Amino acid sequence: MTEWLLKWRRIRALTLKETRQIMRDPSSVAIGVVFPMIMILLFGYGLSLDVSHVNVAVVDQDASSDSTGLVGAFRLSPYFGVTMVPSIAQATRLVMERQVDGALLIPSDFTRRLHADGAELQILVNGTDSNQARIMQGYAQGPIALWRATQAGDTSDGPVVVVDRMWFNESNNSRFFIVPGLIVMVMTIIGAFLTAMVIAREWERGTIEALFVTPMQPGEFLISKIIPYFALGTIGFLLCVLAGQFLFHVPLRGSLALLCLAATVYLLVALGIGLLVSTLVKSQFLASQMVMLLTFLPAMMLSGFIYDLRSMPAVVQWITYVLPARYAVALMQTLYLAGNIGGVVWPNLAVLAAMAAVLLTVTRLATRKQLS
Amino acid sequence: MLASLLRIVALTRKEFLAVLKDPRSRFIIFLPPILQCLLFGYAASFDLNSAFYAVIDQDRSPASIALLARLDGSTIFHRVADLRRPGEINDWINSSRALLVIQIPQDFERHLLAGKAAPVQVIADGRNSNTAGTALGYIETVIDDFNADWRAHHGPSGPSLRVVTRAWYNPNLDSRWTMIPSLIGTLTLMGTLMLTAMSVAREREQGTFDQLLVTPFRPFEIMAGKALPNMAIGLAQATTILLIAQFWFRIPFVGSLFVLYAGLGLFLMAAVGVGLFVSSIAQTMQQAMLYSFLLVMPFALLSGLATPVNSQPQLLQTVMVINPLRYALDLTKRVFLEDAGFVQLGADFLPLGVIGLFTLAGAACMFTRRLS
Repeated sequence: MTEWLLKWRRIRALTLKETRQIMRDPSSVAIGVVFPMIMILLFGYGLSLDVSHVNVAVVDQDASSDSTGLVGAFRLSPYFGVTMVPSIAQATRLVMERQVDGALLIPSDFTRRLHADGAELQILVNGTDSNQARIMQGYAQGPIALWRATQAGDTSDGPVVVVDRMWFNESNNSRFFIVPGLIVMVMTIIGAFLTAMVIAREWERGTIEALFVTPMQPGEFLISKIIPYFALGTIGFLLCVLAGQFLFHVPLRGSLALLCLAATVYLLVALGIGLLVSTLVKSQFLASQMVMLLTFLPAMMLSGFIYDLRSMPAVVQWITYVLPARYAVALMQTLYLAGNIGGVVWPNLAVLAAMAAVLLTVTRLATRKQLS
Repeated sequence: MLASLLRIVALTRKEFLAVLKDPRSRFIIFLPPILQCLLFGYAASFDLNSAFYAVIDQDRSPASIALLARLDGSTIFHRVADLRRPGEINDWINSSRALLVIQIPQDFERHLLAGKAAPVQVIADGRNSNTAGTALGYIETVIDDFNADWRAHHGPSGPSLRVVTRAWYNPNLDSRWTMIPSLIGTLTLMGTLMLTAMSVAREREQGTFDQLLVTPFRPFEIMAGKALPNMAIGLAQATTILLIAQFWFRIPFVGSLFVLYAGLGLFLMAAVGVGLFVSSIAQTMQQAMLYSFLLVMPFALLSGLATPVNSQPQLLQTVMVINPLRYALDLTKRVFLEDAGFVQLGADFLPLGVIGLFTLAGAACMFTRRLS
């Protein structure tokens, strides 16, 4: 009985020490509170994959009623800013100097060929920024389709008409899928990055050896490290949830309880990685770089957060199965947008739980081994 | 003057030794850029290469079969199921087994033959609305082709118009051509900024920085001794990525190496300057790490790497004029793909030089103040 009481007291004392250390270091607070806020604002407002204003230079060599109508369709579109230029050379120059995002060329035989073998409409873009060029190319379809429809009454609107519906995100708002992914990013940084730095510092300075000559057990040591950083991660998580709810109005269609459970399990995985890496390398610089490589970058690039996993080559897809972020992003996106889908939630949750268990066990063993 | 130079050389040598003598740290300087370059080269793409779809064909007519054959004939769409009841749609979309479900209603062919619009319903999984949007766009293209063929074979055709896109410097609008040259700047910024910030912070934490200050070294020489080796390491990293871009991804390099390296030199000066500035504020390695991270994140996200700069909010665009990566990305991409020279790139060279001078001067001031 007294054994347990002592154990409890040791954990409490060390947790208290760790908490004070966090509170006194401005950089820890910065990463726990300021960082989630910056991320929320950056991703929520800064990084939009949606509509933006496109400036286009138009060369109309035909100057017929058909071509003017087409240019008019571009002028009417809220997405386009139209500048008329007299020559192709000038349009080219504007595209090259990035004064406009693209150019539209209507050749002089436009009207004649429109009713014969088919007219050609040219779009010029600068491929150096392939993303932007693609946006321009995609947007141009809108006014062109509109013009086509008005040209031939509604008969040419078909024969086959696509009626599309985007489930879970009817208004096609990219914030809807960015906010759930953001939660994963924030927890990754706090859980893995910060913890790794802290433990590595204790090894670097030798204070960890000082701890181990006390009756403290490795398990107790780990628990006392996990508790304060878990709390810090929870703050980050809550900030994101609040922002999602009140700032970006992302619907939470699944249950809040499951969302919290998923976040808890993932936070344990992130903490596990941070603890394990720092126990193994024992240097702040190396630990920070390893954690960056193992958790942060994969969470950003290989998780389905921004770039879809389905578009990646098979080999890269296999790699993502080893990375916890993939499961966490799938969980968060589904819980937020689709709801409590058992077929997605339970398998992903199970994998994360298994990862957490393995990581924490291995860390415990590794800590013990370093001692002897 | 000569003595000063000799002192800088000695300090540079010491700095190189400190970083490169530990095999683990040699490893961590060169392995991450290589791995990241390969992974991101394959992973970071908004192109959709494969999409799984399910079908409910309630018509089962020659027309509906012809339409589906067109989809199956494309390299992108893969049919994973033929559903019988609309009730099954939910399950396939919810469990992410199908990205799209295409529903062809019973009277599809009858409508077509009667010259009426024949609707086809397409349901997309909007959990990643970006992917869903791209996939819907591809469906529209396939259906447009089908329509054109149908019109050609049945009855009169309306005005026919072909839209041709010409993309300069990147004819296929391959996003890898944009991404990989961008990685030269992004990955070296992450590496050098953190390396620099940490190297000063480590000396401070271990107390060797004070020892350095009592030697005959002037603050300027200490700065140069810290800056030069880290710039050299950055150049080595950049060269590694350049080689991967050329020999692994085979992205055509049309520009001049001289212009590229001149730009990279200035960029690295700015990166190291920011790193030194961070380290002059930070007290410990943990702080140096976290502060540089808090800077690198927004720098990388708002540089134009993932989304175009001019679709970001105006305020962020204005604040980010201090972001060296923004200029570096523009510079590397344009030298790489467009063969841009010093004149065209003046708008990149100038700010980079200014940022470098300001941050280095700022850091020097902070060091001097610490001395007195």
